Amino acid sequence: MPDLPDPSDTSPDRATLDVRNREDEVDRLRSTLEEVLVRHGYSSASVFAVRLAMEEAVSNAFRHGHAQCPEDPIHVEFVVDSSRVTVSVEDRGRGFDPGAVPDPTHDENLDKPSGRGLLLIRAYMSDMRFNDRGNRVEMEYRRPGRG
Amino acid sequence: MPHEDSRLRVRRQDGIIRVEFIDRNILDEANIQQIGEEISQIIDAETNPRLLISFANVDHLSSAALGTLITINNRIKAKSGQLRLSDIDPQIYEVFVITRLNKIFNIHEDESQAIASFQ
Repeated sequence: MPDLPDPSDTSPDRATLDVRNREDEVDRLRSTLEEVLVRHGYSSASVFAVRLAMEEAVSNAFRHGHAQCPEDPIHVEFVVDSSRVTVSVEDRGRGFDPGAVPDPTHDENLDKPSGRGLLLIRAYMSDMRFNDRGNRVEMEYRRPGRG
Repeated sequence: MPHEDSRLRVRRQDGIIRVEFIDRNILDEANIQQIGEEISQIIDAETNPRLLISFANVDHLSSAALGTLITINNRIKAKSGQLRLSDIDPQIYEVFVITRLNKIFNIHEDESQAIASFQ
């Protein structure tokens, strides 16, 4: 199905959520984002891409950022309009250096069970950047064909 | 011993253990951990496990799920067993390609092809 704009709704949708590492809260985040993407006419491939990237960022935030504070919520913001989606995920951890993460596609790393989240975010999103501290990732998805 | 609230459907036929996921989304960390534990118990109970995991019902999975599959694969290899994956949705198969995990897993289009590939 092609990416077609919904002419009845071109205004951006915004959400700011504090999410704890609980299945129901993360499910609510997933469904909220998915509903907004569908409302703006994004294709199933686009929804799959944005959802996967958000999933990986949230998982990294809880697993690494909040290893010492598992009860604390992470902070998620997203803005969706007819041409782009931005999602940011911030944790309360010390941050990390994304450049220090080994390439999981190298032969010697293929059978390692972790370290693929950033690769998938880079592959599915148009842009990804971290703040200096490394505890906040901002991802942008540009709708195909919209430059 | 199956879990009371198992997240898997497990069938045995002709020496092959066929595993299907109950969940359409394999995303939640606790669920992924449970899936890993359940499959590890199955592997540990076999001498040369021959395991087929079908993704027929799966719409989404995360890199944490991929990590569990790698752990399962390593465990099976350590017991000189064989692992096959089948019925992977094209969008999910792309995730295997991006991560190059299609190079380490033995992936088949459907269950019958996967079963025929066991040695």
